[in-house]
Amino acid sequence: MFRKLHEPGADAVTIYIDGEAVAAEAGESLAAALLRQPEAWTRTTPVSGSPRAPYCLMGVCFECLAEVDGIASVQTCLTPVKAGMRVARQQGRRVLTA
Amino acid sequence: MRPDIVVVGAGTVGAAIAYGLAVRGERVLLLDGGDGDFRAARANFGLVWLQGKGLGMPAYQTLTRRSIGSWQGFADGLEARSDTGLCYEQNGGLAFCLGADGFEKRQGALQRLHNQWDGGEPDWEMVDRSGLERLLPKVTLGPDVTGASFGHRDGHANPLRLLAALHAAVIRLGGLIRSNASVREIVGSGTDFRLAVGDEVIVAPRIVIAAGLGTSALARQVGLDVPLRPERGQILVTERLDPFLPLPGSGLRQTADGTVMIGATNEDVGYDLSTTGDAAARLSRKAVLIVPALAGAGLVRQWAGLRVLTPDSYPIYAQSESHPGAFVAVCHSGVTLAAFHADGLAAAIAAGSLPDALSPFHQSRFDVPQAA
Repeated sequence: MFRKLHEPGADAVTIYIDGEAVAAEAGESLAAALLRQPEAWTRTTPVSGSPRAPYCLMGVCFECLAEVDGIASVQTCLTPVKAGMRVARQQGRRVLTA
Repeated sequence: MRPDIVVVGAGTVGAAIAYGLAVRGERVLLLDGGDGDFRAARANFGLVWLQGKGLGMPAYQTLTRRSIGSWQGFADGLEARSDTGLCYEQNGGLAFCLGADGFEKRQGALQRLHNQWDGGEPDWEMVDRSGLERLLPKVTLGPDVTGASFGHRDGHANPLRLLAALHAAVIRLGGLIRSNASVREIVGSGTDFRLAVGDEVIVAPRIVIAAGLGTSALARQVGLDVPLRPERGQILVTERLDPFLPLPGSGLRQTADGTVMIGATNEDVGYDLSTTGDAAARLSRKAVLIVPALAGAGLVRQWAGLRVLTPDSYPIYAQSESHPGAFVAVCHSGVTLAAFHADGLAAAIAAGSLPDALSPFHQSRFDVPQAA
């Protein structure tokens, strides 16, 4: 649905979304990279289980939460992409792990 | 409608009394204050709690027991009359102990309370760390946790749903609720009271003042001196998590929605509702000492409320001698005592006078004895 308007050139990096290698640009918003995926949702809500995707893209709506490098419920729209980043879509209520 | 009785204050205390009066067929007018008023009812932690309460005041222990004993029935009736679930659970509650000292201190405090109460077998026990692990199989406890006191009759409910349910039930029972209706002045006039609200005067033969921290100024006008002070409590709440904490603890409980509430501070800062980073840090640190995995949970909100405290922290229930028909009810355990307020207290007010059993809660206990 969404596509990048320019080639990242020297800033091209690879990140991993649910284990899958994905092309992205260093420094772009992680939410933008997620929105370019065929499955654009980033989490399912803990309330109804419905899928949610990045929405406000400015840190307000908290719809774009995902696990980033082991830290859960990160606002991906406020997180710049870095090479090798590991992102996991969140499913419903998180389980606390010791 | 000309009301039989006006309840001033639509927080958890006033609304519970109004509900109890409406159940008894009284035509009730419930007056809620302004949006900017201090609203303890909307900052509550939500415990329905017995353990640890009432040292130095056996009557308070008895009153709390009575309310806890009737809470399930109260909840059932209120849920049916409001179509609002209260998320009430009474499976027991925990007060976590850190270090060997913490465990002994807690045990000592509960033992003193038990000695004060001659009601038979204790309904609490101290559980050691392994006992606590059995009660909380999904929790990995922090290394400093030595155990907990386990109150068999403790529980929790959703305090915001409780408030909403009380309001809904009052209306369904034919009562009236007015919002943004702060009472400026109360004047006794013959057998009636005249309450100035905005440009309007509301007339009723009986009134109940349950206006939280606003009570003192109103009660004075019907001849009752009600000393109160605010105590700030701050609470944190996490994102929704998969259920892991099957029992509420004092200061740590997982709600039916999955969020974890972490509380609460006790601060003497006057009428200041600010939240502070220092409190957030202290509360988080304490929670992580008990359940280290909470360090990975996201906090979504922090808020503050002002507890309504009397000089000895226990409730004040009183009726005016100079102005018969005027009653006062203030306390800071409005959720735990809601069942009593809706039942025993509302019944007494409907009947026109408070029973002797409530005399320990009269504010005259704070009067300074006259010097000879």
